[in-house]
Amino acid sequence: MRKWSSVFLTTLFAAGLMTACASAPETDTAGGAEGGDDTEETTAASGDSRLDTIKERGTLICGVDGGIPGFSFVDESGEYSGIDVDICKAVAAAVLGDPEAVEYRNLDSTERFTALAGGEVDMLSRNTTWTISRDTSVGLEFAPTTFYDGQGMMVRADAGIETIEDLAGKAICVEAGTTTELNLTDNLRKAEVEAETVTFQQADPAYAAYAEGRCEGMTSDKSQLIARRSTLPNPDEHVLMDITMSKEPLGPVTINNDSAWFDVVKWVTYGLIEAEELEINQGNVQEQLESEDPNIRRFLGVEGDLGEGINLNNDFMVVVIESVGNYGEIYERNLGADSEFNLPRGQNDLWTRGGLLYAPPFR
Amino acid sequence: MTALTPQTADFGPPAAMRDTPINWLKKNLFSPWYNTIITLVIGAIALYAAYTFGNWALTTAQWDVIPRNLQLLMVGRYPSELYWRLWVLLGLVAVFSGLSWGVVARRAPQLYSRNILIGLAIAAGVCLLVPTPLPYRLLLLALLLVIAITAWVGQQAGQRLPALGTWISFGWFGVFVTGLILIGGGFFGLESVGTNEWQGLLLTALTAAISIVLCFPIGVIVALGRRSPLPILRWLCVAYIEVIRGVPLITILFMGQVMIPLFLPEGMRPDRVIRAIVGLTLFSSAYLAENVRGGLQSIPRGQGEAARALGLNPVLTVSLIVLPQALKAVIPAIVGQFISLFQDTTLLAIVGLVELLGISNSILANPQFLGRFSEVYLFDALLFWGFCYAMSAASRWVEAKVNVDH
Repeated sequence: MRKWSSVFLTTLFAAGLMTACASAPETDTAGGAEGGDDTEETTAASGDSRLDTIKERGTLICGVDGGIPGFSFVDESGEYSGIDVDICKAVAAAVLGDPEAVEYRNLDSTERFTALAGGEVDMLSRNTTWTISRDTSVGLEFAPTTFYDGQGMMVRADAGIETIEDLAGKAICVEAGTTTELNLTDNLRKAEVEAETVTFQQADPAYAAYAEGRCEGMTSDKSQLIARRSTLPNPDEHVLMDITMSKEPLGPVTINNDSAWFDVVKWVTYGLIEAEELEINQGNVQEQLESEDPNIRRFLGVEGDLGEGINLNNDFMVVVIESVGNYGEIYERNLGADSEFNLPRGQNDLWTRGGLLYAPPFR
Repeated sequence: MTALTPQTADFGPPAAMRDTPINWLKKNLFSPWYNTIITLVIGAIALYAAYTFGNWALTTAQWDVIPRNLQLLMVGRYPSELYWRLWVLLGLVAVFSGLSWGVVARRAPQLYSRNILIGLAIAAGVCLLVPTPLPYRLLLLALLLVIAITAWVGQQAGQRLPALGTWISFGWFGVFVTGLILIGGGFFGLESVGTNEWQGLLLTALTAAISIVLCFPIGVIVALGRRSPLPILRWLCVAYIEVIRGVPLITILFMGQVMIPLFLPEGMRPDRVIRAIVGLTLFSSAYLAENVRGGLQSIPRGQGEAARALGLNPVLTVSLIVLPQALKAVIPAIVGQFISLFQDTTLLAIVGLVELLGISNSILANPQFLGRFSEVYLFDALLFWGFCYAMSAASRWVEAKVNVDH
């Protein structure tokens, strides 16, 4: 009898294993195209640059957040949009000639770096702050900053709070687990102010609590504060204090030790800025091809071979500008005058107009 | 005793004690004075809450976020020209649900009882009120009609062909496989759709369904293994159950999404959705195993001994005598596990998969819908409630039918 039961259980187990094995490939094949892409990746990834992998695959896998107003979100028609998304599109246009050849991956802030390190995504365009530890010990390469942000504080206009000292004894709403929370405590410590921090796991409940008067102050990146202020019941009753608690340079990121690929992301980003400086935009890029200005002719690849140096076509910037426009157009569309936010350019303006955006020469 | 029964049957209690609504209220809510106070206080609070909620829902809330994003919430970025494949799948599911309903209820005197008719009417109303273009509403209504008709067909066929139930079980497996092919494509000339585009409620339902289907057999096998006389097998099962139950689900999901890419080289990594499904399955089969073990322990030893005395071998003893009784005893616990598995799929949003909650977060980041989280999350909650209530109602109904057979 004993023997029998053991035979029964082992067969059951074997059957279980087999069903488990049988069902895995079944779902796998249902995943179809993806499985195919992965095998291509391995063959190309051995030794070569990621740039070749992407060209061979025909799509760019771009890590985005997927839930930050103005930066990346899914619009009503199911298309990704936002400033981070436009950077992905620009890179795809430069490398593959098609701004739509992008596969977006929503990444959480905890998994974004491992996803990049493990090769799950080709690049991050996901509100990542450039810091020394991320650049060095995490092993990332930061392409030029596409958005200069800083942590601010929103208070009610009639509360009479003007300096950080005025916040003593007040409650401040903040999102948990972000650098925002750490910066807030650092700044309060520096000013020797005791304030109550009320932490929330998500942005929405935090702003709701602030709107209901649970907190006197609400802290986050200034771009987010301005974006959210427009959704509060009476936007005019709230002001941003004139303090900046941190520097938050946000930009695209690639993995260390792949200069060929990093150079592409870096120079496409610079190209967007340079295009604005040269006043080349979506509307006039075809006319500018006829331009006599040697700078523009080199930039658009009419003469010279700047593209070859980074393994792209010489006219790569023409495709980029035709598909997403220059930096100014991207900004105005997603955050500026053409968007719901109407965020002023501020630091995110060209150096010629007092901002921080400066592209090295294209020559 | 027998002398008293006709009296009560004929005359009933005196008028003051009869269960008219007013008497019922008096007896249950207002009988001693302190109950009256409690009733009034709680009633006032409930009314106030209902009033504020109603006020918010009718005046403050801007519900247009739901109809404008309904497609996104349902299927996310699934290509719209391939929606027909999902409708075909829904149709298949409707046909087989109806057939199963009919077969299980083949001995019921009345297929469409009053409660079921009320339920169908409510479902029809919901189908008509769904904020989509009219053709979609009619399609939903047609699906409902298909369920009702196939139920009758199933009942008639079930009375004539006793083996039909088994065939329908196999049919469900077929639906499952066909469903995966329909959603993913890549076979028979169907255009393939990457798992990256399986989103919204589709992904929620899909991950839950696959995990439920897979975790059940694994759970039963592990439960049997834990009671096995073979030491190694038993230890392995105990270790599996205890390790998995000692770890929170989110840890397992993080392992799958974040750690596996670091361990395995590119190309050998399973797809992200598959990793999530594996995590969910591993997790809930450990819990399911313990539920099933509880059922196995509730079967008196005499059952197995009697089976052996009749000459049944251990395989038949377990599969024909012990397991059917054990599983029947733990249906509520198993369905409870399935429901919590369904709800646990929301954790996938944290690891970056765009299921219902993930797509909701993305919609809430759309500048046009900033700050509409109450509306969107309430809608999500309603959807989850609908699914979970349907599961528990179906399980109670099946339980009742199964026990009648017993």
